[in-house]
Amino acid sequence: MAKKLMKGNEALGEAAIAAGALNYFAYPITPQSEVAEYLCWRLPQVGGNFVQAESEVAVGNMLFGAAATGKRIFTTSSSPGISLMQEAISYMAGAHLPVVLINIMRGGPGLGGILPAQSDYFQAVKGGGHGDYRLVVLAPASVQEAVDLMIESFDIAERYLTPVMIIGDGMIGQMMESVEFPKKYRQQNDPSKSDWALTGAKGRSARVVKSLFLDGKKLEDNCLKLEAKYVEIRKNEVKYELYKVSNKNKVLITAYGTMARICQTAIDELEEEKISVGLMRPISLYPFPEKEMFKEANKPNILAILDIEMSTGQMVEDVERVTKSIKPIEFFGHTGGIVPTPEEVKDKVYEMLKKFKKDKKKS
Amino acid sequence: MATQKEVVFAGFGGQGVMTAGQLLAYTAMEEGKQVIWIPSYGPEMRGGTANCTVVVSDNRIGSPVINTPQSACIFNRPSLDRFGATIKKGGLLLINSSLIDITSERDDITEVLVPCNDIASKVGSARVANMVMLAAYVAATDIVSFKTLKKMLTEKLGSRKKELLEINYKAFDEGRKLGKKIADKG
Repeated sequence: MAKKLMKGNEALGEAAIAAGALNYFAYPITPQSEVAEYLCWRLPQVGGNFVQAESEVAVGNMLFGAAATGKRIFTTSSSPGISLMQEAISYMAGAHLPVVLINIMRGGPGLGGILPAQSDYFQAVKGGGHGDYRLVVLAPASVQEAVDLMIESFDIAERYLTPVMIIGDGMIGQMMESVEFPKKYRQQNDPSKSDWALTGAKGRSARVVKSLFLDGKKLEDNCLKLEAKYVEIRKNEVKYELYKVSNKNKVLITAYGTMARICQTAIDELEEEKISVGLMRPISLYPFPEKEMFKEANKPNILAILDIEMSTGQMVEDVERVTKSIKPIEFFGHTGGIVPTPEEVKDKVYEMLKKFKKDKKKS
Repeated sequence: MATQKEVVFAGFGGQGVMTAGQLLAYTAMEEGKQVIWIPSYGPEMRGGTANCTVVVSDNRIGSPVINTPQSACIFNRPSLDRFGATIKKGGLLLINSSLIDITSERDDITEVLVPCNDIASKVGSARVANMVMLAAYVAATDIVSFKTLKKMLTEKLGSRKKELLEINYKAFDEGRKLGKKIADKG
């Protein structure tokens, strides 16, 4: 298919169709309402279903029920809406159900605002719902990457029977970029051959999909079964990108999503001033690129790490954890919809390098 | 970096600033360039003003957020107040002088008065004021070719509104004349 200029939100909707996911449950919320606006006319064209629920709590439970049938299902929402779905997300994780959830993040906490933010990292990566579970969390930095990850997330969700969440800040949803979809769209999947989905028990013994295990031993077994999947996910699903990483780098920047692109502009401009800075952009936030980030941080040329986010500092805790704080780590961010600028990123790098010069003189 | 061009379109809702930006973005993409179009969707939109930023580049585009654009096409007074001071030194500011009776009072940028609404009315419809502005900007910067711009406009408008198409072409021609004067001055 030829390149199209598309808004991130609309492209996400089309990507789901390309993945053969034709069952969508949602409740509108800025800054991602265009997904529903797009899919409400597009899904009927391809024989799909769009249910606008009465609230995000209802969406969560509709997803739970629909996912149990084994069909490819998904929702899109933004921060406060995703909070309302947390109970169902925990249930779906506990019941080993594949589902794809999109969070086009806006500023919080509470009702917050409608401007772009990255302040739901903790909620997505550390578990917004209760219990011993994880989500696979992916963070695109462009409309094309959002499309590619959306299509792949359905495969990941089915491979591990787990909820997958894509988090993008409001800009990913709102901006238009050129984008290409696969030439061949996937057919809607056929769960009749699955060994777990609820497809009607005629001619076979009944199946149970549940997250309730009153017997402690059975519940622990279920949690260990989940954990065994997360071990595999940590082994197989790590994604990240390195930008201008070299043995000349003085500072390693860590950032994800749109924030990483803003950092790229800062890095390009610093390069023109002969200041070498590299970027490590985690694409999978869970599984986090643990070994890979440690390796980059441990390189002798790296004096310090600078983590930049559209939050007051969330991913930075994972950066500290996985690099074992082997190098000094500084954080810079804005939140509430204020977006750090390339100039601010550069200023922070200047400040760090100045400090190192001073320290060197002292020693 | 030198290959990247950035422009803000800003005005009242209904003046066609989003459309002008989108048409530029479609055209740049058609010419094989990297492009981002990003709208304002925040609380200011609720107040009736609208703006969008278009970034066009030969290379991969980094930041989609442009705080100091190289150029701005300003359609109303509140937008001039907001964006006038943000334009990069040496940049280009096009002001819709039909509705704005002041200037930015900056001497470090090129400032051009484009009476968009007057020209648009003259060629047949006040609604094409945005196309007058877009054409002036394109002619002044050579960011895309008029050939592709016309092709994309024709494609987007479709064949159902032939008479509208003619008015849009006329708006292009008038805007282009104004923009070319800037380009010739260098």
